[in-house]
Amino acid sequence: MTRQDILDELKKVLAPYTTNKELLAGVNEQTDLLQDLKINSANLVDIIIDAESKYNIEIDYDAAEKMTNVGSCIDVIQERLQQQ
Amino acid sequence: MSKRVVVTGLGVVSPNGIGVPAFLEALWQGRSGIKFMPLYEELKFSCQVTGMPHFEWEQLKNYISEVTFYGLKGTNIGYGLVAALDAWKDAGNDFDTDEPRWETGCVFGNSTSDSEAMKNVITRVDNKEARKLGSRVVEQAMNSGVTSYIVGRLGLGNKVITNSAACATGTQAILMGYEYIKHGYAQRMLVGSCEHVDPYVFGAFDSMRVLSRKFNDQPEKASRPMSATAGGFVPGSGAGAFVLEDLDFALARGAKIYAEVLGGATNAGGQRNGGTMTAANPAGVIRCIEDALRLSNVKPEQIDLISGHLTATNADKYEIEFWAKALNRRGKDFPVTNSLKSMIGHCLSAAGSIESVASVLQIQHGFVHPTINLEDPNPEILEIADAEQLPVTAVKKDINIVAKANFGFGDVNSCLLFSKFEK
Repeated sequence: MTRQDILDELKKVLAPYTTNKELLAGVNEQTDLLQDLKINSANLVDIIIDAESKYNIEIDYDAAEKMTNVGSCIDVIQERLQQQ
Repeated sequence: MSKRVVVTGLGVVSPNGIGVPAFLEALWQGRSGIKFMPLYEELKFSCQVTGMPHFEWEQLKNYISEVTFYGLKGTNIGYGLVAALDAWKDAGNDFDTDEPRWETGCVFGNSTSDSEAMKNVITRVDNKEARKLGSRVVEQAMNSGVTSYIVGRLGLGNKVITNSAACATGTQAILMGYEYIKHGYAQRMLVGSCEHVDPYVFGAFDSMRVLSRKFNDQPEKASRPMSATAGGFVPGSGAGAFVLEDLDFALARGAKIYAEVLGGATNAGGQRNGGTMTAANPAGVIRCIEDALRLSNVKPEQIDLISGHLTATNADKYEIEFWAKALNRRGKDFPVTNSLKSMIGHCLSAAGSIESVASVLQIQHGFVHPTINLEDPNPEILEIADAEQLPVTAVKKDINIVAKANFGFGDVNSCLLFSKFEK
């Protein structure tokens, strides 16, 4: 799965947690989840749980803490997919 | 000078109508909202009927953001949000604000969180999957979930309280909001209550053998307050909400005024002298009504309408006797009395607020809604109150003052006095 593939899927995971749909459509790897997409920090947990189920992976607490922008989310997901 | 408190907004999610226009129409028509529930038959409940609002969950998207909507499972919270936000809008207010509304608080009650929704939580924890629960469970499991959602949507910044007093919850919430404004703590209070009787709560009541079980094949006949064939109550779900305002605050912004809250009282019978966990101490009920009158400066003869608790159990005749004693009015002099529960069942924590919305609408529109299914009044009740005072069809009547009371498990009581507003 390429980074672009992961990004396309990640957008779907993020969609329920942001009201800013336009910004979501145009996200890039630098887009910050809290600052740019205005996602409630409590919802980061839900995004991780949804990503786990979407990619059928497990993201531990330490890895989850790194997931602050779109690029770092892709890093973590890609790493986990490769471990499988 | 003590402040006056007026009602400037109403919202309702009732089994027989959602929104004030539909609910008002149902009150005039005496329309039942009681339905047969195939699931309850399958679950082998003795009572297989209930009052469930015809509530479209998706409509919540018109009230809260998509992000908030996503993951909202608590039915009680959904009902409470719609009633509260409808009342807010009805009072002429916008939802959005950048700054907290420091002058406005919220007292909203409920019995418990949605245990059907919580079943998923229990299952996941038992399956050792607690980490999959996510962030949205706690806010809906907590009893203050409904107030938290309302307050968050509207940015309310004054006193925020979630009250719970069983069947007296709704009237108590309104009374608390009234007191905060009267004593000058808040200028405006969004108050009310909600209830969702899910199968687990329903089943527990069913097991107490306090529910109607002989009219499962005629759901609309199943809730029979004051009737000789009353055989238990029918649980109902829903929500009712009020915007209460300091009169000067309301006048200054040119608000429409539905009615005035004259005052009220809430107490307990202490589960002594006949009072128990489930039965009322007569002295507690009578004292609550007397206190409500005294604190509202209302004389017994001024009461035009009693909106009773009257659930359709054998407690109805005791309740009528308590009113007669507290007001010293009997026979043809007994105030006109009705029970909304005949149409919607007993909405537990939501009963007081939905019935209070009905009380205010009857003042505003000058009528008494019927008590349906009262073709066979209990003879013991007729010894206290003349049959003409218990109308079975809607009656046009000028209503100046309504006494609204609810009595709940734990031996708690609550009584409110509403009146027509006059400058």
